[in-house]
Amino acid sequence: MARPLGEATREAYGKALAELGRENPNIVVLDGDLSKSTMTKYFAQEFPGRFFNVGIAEANMVGVAAGLAAAGKVAFASSFACFVMCKGFDQLRLAVAYSDNNVKIVGTHGGISIGEDGVSQMGHEDIGLALSLPGFVVMVPADGAQTRAAVRAAAEHIGPVYIRVGRPKAPIVYENGCPDFQIGKAIMLRDGRDVTLIANGLMVAAALDAAEMLEQDGVSARVLDMHTVRPLDEEAVEKAARETGAIVVAEEHLLHTGLASQVAMAVARLHPVPMRYVGLTQYAESGAPDALMRKYGLTGENIAREALEIVRSRASSVV
Amino acid sequence: MVTSDVSLKQLERTARKLRRHIVKMLAIAGSGHPGGSLSAIDILTALFFGNVMRYNPQNPRWEDRDRFILSKGHAVPALYAVLAEAGFIPEEWLWQLRKIDTPMQGHPSVKDLPAVEASTGSLGQGLSIGLGMALAARIDGKPYRVYVMIGDGESEEGQVWEAAMAASHFHAGNLTAILDYNHYQLDGAIGEIMSIEPVVSKWEAFGWAVREIDGHDMKQILDALHWARETREQPSIIVAHTVKGKGVSFMEGNNEFHGKAPTQSELEQALAELAD
Repeated sequence: MARPLGEATREAYGKALAELGRENPNIVVLDGDLSKSTMTKYFAQEFPGRFFNVGIAEANMVGVAAGLAAAGKVAFASSFACFVMCKGFDQLRLAVAYSDNNVKIVGTHGGISIGEDGVSQMGHEDIGLALSLPGFVVMVPADGAQTRAAVRAAAEHIGPVYIRVGRPKAPIVYENGCPDFQIGKAIMLRDGRDVTLIANGLMVAAALDAAEMLEQDGVSARVLDMHTVRPLDEEAVEKAARETGAIVVAEEHLLHTGLASQVAMAVARLHPVPMRYVGLTQYAESGAPDALMRKYGLTGENIAREALEIVRSRASSVV
Repeated sequence: MVTSDVSLKQLERTARKLRRHIVKMLAIAGSGHPGGSLSAIDILTALFFGNVMRYNPQNPRWEDRDRFILSKGHAVPALYAVLAEAGFIPEEWLWQLRKIDTPMQGHPSVKDLPAVEASTGSLGQGLSIGLGMALAARIDGKPYRVYVMIGDGESEEGQVWEAAMAASHFHAGNLTAILDYNHYQLDGAIGEIMSIEPVVSKWEAFGWAVREIDGHDMKQILDALHWARETREQPSIIVAHTVKGKGVSFMEGNNEFHGKAPTQSELEQALAELAD
């Protein structure tokens, strides 16, 4: 069941950024004294003239990124997800979203899987904050290969983008890379008839695990990697609702402002079916990443249990 | 001197005309911020018409243009007045200030008017954006300078000092800030609400070249802007002492007119005082 661990998505981000830097002299990168953690250090080492460490000052970092973008640069700015989104939010609103500046925010250490450092360092709300800004593309890649594809897609997209990546090594979902990656296009990793599991980030691997467990219970589960939260692939969501009749959404984020809410809005409008959610409803705490994921229910087992309940309740109501 | 061919009298006459435009557009709009627009207009007049900034009204996005960011975005009537005078927008647009279905937003909006360099109005943001532009100029080997006008009340925002620290650290010698020090913020006198003093030594301590002037003396303004253009090793700031509501007797130093438009009769009196 356990998938082999690959590189951390933040590591893949840093490597992808350095690659892009070689191809595109117009890319500039900013960091807020976390380049050794966000992995923008690779870009910084290769392109010191296009890298700006603004120190521990996220509001200024976002503003400077907006100014660089307004002057024609493709500006990537990074910090921990919670710091850049929370401390830079007013600047993201006015200088980036409302001004439609070509700024790419990459928040690392998203979710609770950062572990021991605890809540003040964890992105619980970062995706919700990004979603609340009109015009922002919001992506949460599942593994290293997909992160590279998402970072490349972000650089090509003209306009504001938020990408959330994580701290720990991520289970490999895409063994052979992610060549067909497209912003806003969900990837069906497994087809199924009885229920659809929609997930992003680390929860994609968990959803795949859940699908295998469900198979042993005689339940056929579709798995959709919804790496782009906005624009949401509504076509894939509607199809899932119509063809499988039940949906479980799983994310490493507060449910009321993340992927779950977006999928629920789409399902309610396009084709209402029973839904369940696996995600956060409160702040977490310090602890080993795996232990935290278990304690807060972010596991394949939990996704499988929710799916099983929803399928069984549908079966009993039909009978 | 850059200003040798520009008559001070002509600039003062232009500033007076733009003051008339400011009070008129605010009276028609029925809301807005006269005090901080009138305190800033002499400086904006010098920047745009005193042979200081290079720009092209036919091509507002000309890559080599000098940039001006009005970080104290509530003074947008002053900005719109100079943009119209410079030919970026038709003068008739001034009378559409704050009206629906027009580009004349109540605070500067870059998406609505290409001649506006940055969307502002949430105070504290303009200097960071200006620094980003200044750094881009350096990367691209472009000759342009970035001017950012900040307010005194605005200087209470922490982001201003984050940007101040960074501009000095990055030796952004092509960045010039202008502090419109009119000594009032919405709730009252700066010194009573939240003093920013000693403001000159604060900026010096942050590594900026500082010059202090009377922000209504056209010669001092032009001299200071010239000095800023020649200051290339470090960022520069002009601390301009101004009078809120300058030019209209009943608005001068009267903080009621921080965010209140003149009535029709007040407009008539103001226009009479500002007549050529």
